[in-house]
Amino acid sequence: MEYEAVIGLEVHVQLKTQTKAFCNCRIEFGSPVNSLTCPVCLGLPGSLPVLNKTALDYAIKVGLALNCSVQEFTKFDRKHYYYPDLSKNYQISQYDLPVCKDGFLDIQVEGQTKRIRIKRAHLEEDAGKLIHEPDKSLLDLNRTGIPLLEIVSEPDIHSPQEAHEYLSDLKMIVEYLEASDCDMEKGTLRCDANISLRPKGAEELGTKTELKNMNSFKGVKDALVYEIQRQNNLLENGGKIIQQTLLWDPKESKTVVMRTKEEAKDYRYFPEPDLPPFIISQEKISQVKSSLPELPKEKLQRFVKEYGLLEYDAGILVSNKEKADYSEKCFCAWTDKNKKPVVNWLIGPLASIASSSNLEIQQTGVTAKNLAELVDLVENKNLVSHLTGKSVLEEMVASQKTAQEIIQEKNLAQISDEGALAKEIEAVVKGNAKSVEDFKAGKANALMFLVGQVMKRTGGKANPKVVQEILKRRLSNA
Amino acid sequence: MLNKLTAYELLEKLKKKEASVNNITTALSARIKETDPKVCAYVRLDQPGQINQCGLPISIKDNICTEGLNTECCSKILAGFKPPYDATVIKKLKSAGISIWPNKLNMDEFAFGSSTENSCFGPTRNPWNLDCVPGGSSGGSAAAVAADEAVWALGSDTGGSIRQPAAFCGVVGLKPTYGRVSRYGLIAFASSLDQIGPLTKDVRDNALLMSIISGHDEKDSTSADVAVPDYTQSLSGDIKGLKIGVPKEYFIEGIEPETRKIIEEAINKLKGLGAQVAPVSLPNSQYAVPVYYIIATAEASSNLARFDGDQYGLRKANIQNLIESYKQTRGEGFGQEAKRRILLGTFALSHGYYDAYYLRALKVRTLIKQDFDRVFSEFDCIVAPTSPTPAFNIGEKSADPLSMYLSDIYTISVNLAGIPAISLPCGLTKSGLPVGLQILAKPFAEETIFRASYAYEQSTEWHKIKPKL
Repeated sequence: MEYEAVIGLEVHVQLKTQTKAFCNCRIEFGSPVNSLTCPVCLGLPGSLPVLNKTALDYAIKVGLALNCSVQEFTKFDRKHYYYPDLSKNYQISQYDLPVCKDGFLDIQVEGQTKRIRIKRAHLEEDAGKLIHEPDKSLLDLNRTGIPLLEIVSEPDIHSPQEAHEYLSDLKMIVEYLEASDCDMEKGTLRCDANISLRPKGAEELGTKTELKNMNSFKGVKDALVYEIQRQNNLLENGGKIIQQTLLWDPKESKTVVMRTKEEAKDYRYFPEPDLPPFIISQEKISQVKSSLPELPKEKLQRFVKEYGLLEYDAGILVSNKEKADYSEKCFCAWTDKNKKPVVNWLIGPLASIASSSNLEIQQTGVTAKNLAELVDLVENKNLVSHLTGKSVLEEMVASQKTAQEIIQEKNLAQISDEGALAKEIEAVVKGNAKSVEDFKAGKANALMFLVGQVMKRTGGKANPKVVQEILKRRLSNA
Repeated sequence: MLNKLTAYELLEKLKKKEASVNNITTALSARIKETDPKVCAYVRLDQPGQINQCGLPISIKDNICTEGLNTECCSKILAGFKPPYDATVIKKLKSAGISIWPNKLNMDEFAFGSSTENSCFGPTRNPWNLDCVPGGSSGGSAAAVAADEAVWALGSDTGGSIRQPAAFCGVVGLKPTYGRVSRYGLIAFASSLDQIGPLTKDVRDNALLMSIISGHDEKDSTSADVAVPDYTQSLSGDIKGLKIGVPKEYFIEGIEPETRKIIEEAINKLKGLGAQVAPVSLPNSQYAVPVYYIIATAEASSNLARFDGDQYGLRKANIQNLIESYKQTRGEGFGQEAKRRILLGTFALSHGYYDAYYLRALKVRTLIKQDFDRVFSEFDCIVAPTSPTPAFNIGEKSADPLSMYLSDIYTISVNLAGIPAISLPCGLTKSGLPVGLQILAKPFAEETIFRASYAYEQSTEWHKIKPKL
């Protein structure tokens, strides 16, 4: 039988507020363990939480960008479980009245637009970090209380590829909003998946498993591929799926059982009595709505419309906000109406130079003005060849000098002056009688050989187009 | 003799330089040394050199955080806990020039009880009769004030824990409006019901202390941003025309005839002072005890989850397994009543039971509150007994939790409704035990309560009679 995978993703993004969700402790990475703590996030007896309103604003912002309806009435609940990294042994979260509900995200899969519905997005606090040593476990509570937004999709995803697209689009949007760093390796974006299989065409959902510990985009994809295969094999062989929580082991490339349904936890949710419910006014919602920045999809369309970019090229350049902002600066610095030359340099040479140093194009230090100048020297003024242009760009990245400076210093300018080239051409014509004859006999390749000889004599600086033209004229006259 | 005076009188003496803080501290220390071995209001004897008071002292219940001073909720599980911070009320007291007495006051463990018998430090005894309980859970606070071992004290009230011991010990105790006093630094029992409040020798001291500790606190999201009046301004003594309701449900069954008679006399006294008294009905008050024991235990089971030995307090050592460490630490750290309430609350919140218990209890809580809203749309305050009986004997009810829970039948609905209420002395039984009169008002109408209680108090001598120790 052929099976279809049904996948729902639960994504946690760590919100980029300056202070924690329910106290005034700063959020900083790399601080000494337990230095960013206070009685509230330590969960000391008698302490009380106070909501960081910025975290709520961020949640509203992300919710609106994901087409959610922001709830006018929202509240917090306590979710109970015992674990040493949870200082109060309950987490302040949201249960039945999340701040955002019923949104969607349109993704592109194989050229088709597909809508993934978003069930809810709610605020909660992060737990601390356990550091396990051979003889003991240590606890760092710096992370405790950092605001998280949990974004839960409907089970509308049907392949690892779709999951990947959903996740990257989600990440892109949240980054555009500057609401989170969304770095899976650093844990500022985390993803769990619910996955089940059902006979293709069936309506009813199969028994699901929950996948955790997928700490990279690749991990999510690999784990889903593995789990679909595992469930498929099991069903094919007449087995039954057991409802359980599985951990992805990236080293072994397999899932291991964390707990089964029988051990499922009763979180004993109830309304957090220390935090009265929040009323979010329509004014507030419209205020946040009007302050939303241009989102990736809108930016892409604008790049196509305003700068005449191909949709494909625009898609590459808007994949993150800094890159898009940098690209747009480059378009503006390039005063020609046709932006294609500068776009080609951005996604061609500059992108490959940047990626060889693990950088993004906007991180190379080449300013928009300098890039536009280089493109102008190569494409319009023919001052250097395309090939030389690439090495000039490499030098620009390395030294932060302008193209002009580098071309002058290294004497790289092409010789396009006919008078300056005449002597060299004459020498080549004289020294290559055979090729001259061949050309005259109609062998077009011979001309290219002669051009190559001129280039050699000039150390590559002759403008090949000019050389070719002079040669053609010279040989047809002779 | 200085220890017998009220805070107001002592502040006058300090102002006139007729006494020094040192004189007062010495008198208190001497009194504690003399009578506390019998009363056991404080959780441990003063350590020499620890008392370095620079202002008029106040004594504090063991569940209010005091920086660097043991705050253990009279529970083994918090053994040795010295908070690194002061509760907001403590900060307010300090900035008003009041000194914190370093030795904390006894209570039922985590405020679970009505007799102060559930303390890991042993029971406190009633200064009026050492065989009797002082009430609870703020039994240490009430007994210390009654025995002149404290000038005044702070307690906490979740279901009657200030008012009932105040009644049993013949002192004045107020449960403020929910949100009137910051809970920041009060070790939570039931967050939606808890309030810190004053226990004092008379109404004036109570109003004085309330003016100091009240007010909005940005660290407590449930504290109200309502201006704090000078409550001592309400002590006019005039209650002519004050409309007082007397709930008929409070006088039907369970109330001891002698208590009933004393309360009725007090009501007549109020009439005599010009108040207009009429019967009112609070029909849903009959559900108050069961509703309370669902909501309060549910919140308690959650609030007490953090006590696992990981960061502070008791921790059973040398246990390899995490779950085992939790089990043994909590098994040894919590007393019988704490365990009972954690279990009740955990059950009420469990999957499949939440709707039937917790959610339904919340709905009935709303009905109870609406009863009061209705009455207060016509009346300025409600007068009722604080407790159906005077102080009972130590051990009398400790084996029967239900009868113990019923001793809070007149105080609990006040917490469920979030309204303020005071208990003040209104008589002595034939066997010489105090009876408390409870006065309730609408939210943030503490001024009305002080006005009525002061008028009553000034027309009687009850607040001047001291227990013989």
